[in-house]
Amino acid sequence: MNTLSNILIDGLAYGMVLFVIAVGLSVTLGLMRFVNLSHGAFAMVGGYCAALLTRELQWSFWVAVPLALLATGLLGAVLEALVLRHLYQRKELDQVLFTIGLTFVLIAATNALVGPQVQMIQLPPSLTGSIDLGFRTMPAQRLLVIGVGLAVALGAALTVTRTRFGIWLRAAVDHAGTASSLGIPIRVVQCVTFAAGAAMAGLGGVLGAEVMPLEPYYALKYLVLVLVVVAVGGMGSIAGSLCAAIVLGLIETASKYLASDWGSLFFFAAMAVFLAWRPNGILKR
Amino acid sequence: MNTMTLFKARARNLNDDAGGSSPKCAPAWRAPFITLAMGLAACLLLPDQLGLLTRLFVIGLLVLSLDLVVGIAGLATLGHAAMFGVGAYAAGIFALRVMPDPLVGLAVGVLAGGLLAGLSGAFLLRYQGFTFLMLTVAVAQMVLALAHKARDWTGGDDGLSGYIMGPLFGYFEFDFVGKLAAFYSLGVLVVFFYVARRLVDSPFGLSVRGIHENRARMAALGAPVYRRLLTMYAIAGAFAGAAGALSAQTTAVVGLDSLSFSLSAEVLVMLILGGVGRLSGALMGAAVFLVLHHTASSINPYHWLFVVGGLLMLVVLAPPARCLAQLRARLGMTR
Repeated sequence: MNTLSNILIDGLAYGMVLFVIAVGLSVTLGLMRFVNLSHGAFAMVGGYCAALLTRELQWSFWVAVPLALLATGLLGAVLEALVLRHLYQRKELDQVLFTIGLTFVLIAATNALVGPQVQMIQLPPSLTGSIDLGFRTMPAQRLLVIGVGLAVALGAALTVTRTRFGIWLRAAVDHAGTASSLGIPIRVVQCVTFAAGAAMAGLGGVLGAEVMPLEPYYALKYLVLVLVVVAVGGMGSIAGSLCAAIVLGLIETASKYLASDWGSLFFFAAMAVFLAWRPNGILKR
Repeated sequence: MNTMTLFKARARNLNDDAGGSSPKCAPAWRAPFITLAMGLAACLLLPDQLGLLTRLFVIGLLVLSLDLVVGIAGLATLGHAAMFGVGAYAAGIFALRVMPDPLVGLAVGVLAGGLLAGLSGAFLLRYQGFTFLMLTVAVAQMVLALAHKARDWTGGDDGLSGYIMGPLFGYFEFDFVGKLAAFYSLGVLVVFFYVARRLVDSPFGLSVRGIHENRARMAALGAPVYRRLLTMYAIAGAFAGAAGALSAQTTAVVGLDSLSFSLSAEVLVMLILGGVGRLSGALMGAAVFLVLHHTASSINPYHWLFVVGGLLMLVVLAPPARCLAQLRARLGMTR
């Protein structure tokens, strides 16, 4: 019983981390048709910024994390505005090659600047303890991860469906030319969307630092997991990504608890089954 | 655009035939022959680098097999290491438990790679595009997890080793310097390159290329799309299995990294680097990537990723295929 609830809590938290990283990729891949394999690198940059700010400069966690997100978002915006936007019209293989190259450079840069050792993010005392929920106690960090994950899902869904910006975004995606002739600033929309996705990836990197240790090869190591979530959830679907991330997170955590010597077999088997069953996304028929 | 150029090329060929002049198409043996000559020259001129050259020939064969899938059949895959690794493990286990003859081991590797590709392809090829790409990742990762689990057969994390290859043709012994290993893998590469060239220019290859250009139209013309693609996928898998077997035989060790995602990704990068769909581009991409990797990491083992990453970005911003095409047009060469 205890194992079961542990699996449930850890799996949910793991799934939320996957979702927060994947949501930005899902949007750029599904809505903007841009294959961005450097997305894992953004998560790494966010995590590293938070780790360095809290450990080297001794800043408070609550100040360091927003700043880390801002830095990641700015990096994303600058890259998008300077280089990546020229690749939107190129072939997918070109996009793959360029973003993999970018990931390599970011990995090398982190290695050169910070070194190859694993980075820890110092949590404030309020997050290291556990919280009594009445029926059982839960680690506060897990609770925060789950809460933030839900907030991101809700915020992203509301932004896309209910706000003027979301309307602009969907219009720019459906037909950039028409949208632009109607006076929608599509360049700004694309840039802001990309930056927001990068910042979300950074947030995921911070939240997931306990389960996915921050080291230079982080950017490539966890890229597959994120791509899997996007594929199973369906490109561009926020609810689908959330659903896929939670299910896959639970399966991965359960297999780590119960059958660790099988590695990630069950995770990928589940992914194959889901994709075979619903090739366009778990929530789309 | 593509159909137009194809049409023009065909029209030009027709004119040539009508004029009675020889076809402008290069004979199938030319590119493999050039590869053989260059490979032999490299082996003789750089006797210190035989290890790198052997690896280059092996990975070159793997990239060539990937080009059959990505460039010819138009199926983007990130799971090609599965066939490579299975071929390597099959050849290694065969050498350890049955017999150490290299050529029989190579055949076993080919069979294993082709079998895995055939079986997984029967499932994978029902899907297209991004779904297909991610499913190939899933298959490769499942094979990796199984290889990790089957410690008794594969050695798990420790890798498979302890087998000694027998003499080639029952006569040439594998030497310590790796001279025979280099010539052997070059020979296998050239033979498979020739086979691939013939395959791609055959009616079967042309029909697969047609499916790549326009699947719906080929289906309407009555081509059995699924069966053609499956055959091509299985053949490419067999090629990758051969590369794996070569790797197992020349290095005398098989590790789990031969099944890893990063190998699949690196191979795809090499292929795109050299240019997709021309076969010779695959070999050039492998050569450029591996030589660059080798030099950059021997200068500074930590910062080679800077060089490789920078090169990849540069290649996209200034594509070598386009530069090469311009150069060729200026020199008036064909093909």
